[in-house]
Amino acid sequence: MAQDVDEQAPGIGPAPLASGHGGASHDGHPSAKQYIRIGIVLAVLTGLEVWLSYSGITGALLITALLGAAMLKFVLVVLWFMHLRFDDRRYARFFLMGLAGAVTLYLVVLMVFGVFKR
Amino acid sequence: MADTTVTTAPDEHTTTGLPNTKLAMWLFLASECLLFGALITTYLLYRGQSLVGPYPADVFDIAYTSVSSFVLLASSLTMVLALSSAQRGDAIRMRLWLLTTAFLGMSFVGGQVYEFTVFYEEGLSITTNLFGTTFYVLTGFHGVHVTVGILMLLSLVGMSGANRLPDDPSFPVEMVGLYWHFVDIVWIVIFAVVYLVPTPNPA
Repeated sequence: MAQDVDEQAPGIGPAPLASGHGGASHDGHPSAKQYIRIGIVLAVLTGLEVWLSYSGITGALLITALLGAAMLKFVLVVLWFMHLRFDDRRYARFFLMGLAGAVTLYLVVLMVFGVFKR
Repeated sequence: MADTTVTTAPDEHTTTGLPNTKLAMWLFLASECLLFGALITTYLLYRGQSLVGPYPADVFDIAYTSVSSFVLLASSLTMVLALSSAQRGDAIRMRLWLLTTAFLGMSFVGGQVYEFTVFYEEGLSITTNLFGTTFYVLTGFHGVHVTVGILMLLSLVGMSGANRLPDDPSFPVEMVGLYWHFVDIVWIVIFAVVYLVPTPNPA
């Protein structure tokens, strides 16, 4: 179901769907091999997290390392597996709006209740 | 833009130029950030505040939960492989990867049910202490989300088998995939914050 973009008068009527993953155009998407590479990196990072929890490292260093690894895994999945790296940026803005709102709101709540001072 | 063609997913034209379904899915996932953020925050607020045991260190089996985490991560990989197959028009492999993803999801949920059973036998119920309440609510909500994802995956397989998916099934597969990966990233946070970060001594 292809539609010639030139048939769309600029600024009139609904815009055509953006190319990329919003539609069925799959150009610029990772190959299966790239997905597998990302999967291996995620597995290694998980292994690193588990090793850290058994390593005897304690305190702020352990927490920073664990949260850093988790954040890296989070970003890899969102950018590669959920395709935000390749998709229209408006999707990322919508998602970041919720994510940033949640992180900000709940960090304030945790600070108000003094969780970080324990 | 002479030869540029735009291929639409479902039959729709929108004012944004983006498919409404996909935009709605991302908005839904953004709202889910607030839901799980509230549950994780509640867990952190009451972390180490339980007056009676069992405490996290008494019941957690990190090795066991690590395997569950690997299983859920692997399911995210099989999900994108299903999408990749759908984009290539390979319906057989797409169904195979979707079924594999559903199987891995079921293994994860089965593992969670087993874990809950063991915790309960060790004396940790949802009313035992603050740890039990916040832990079961947080991980239980996540488990329900995984279960819903499994149902969606199996529905996709069923619809594909009955030829009820569009000629190019990549769009519905991608929508279910977005939900599934979101469930995975929530577990990434839960695994680190709840299981791996040590809990301070009881109050």
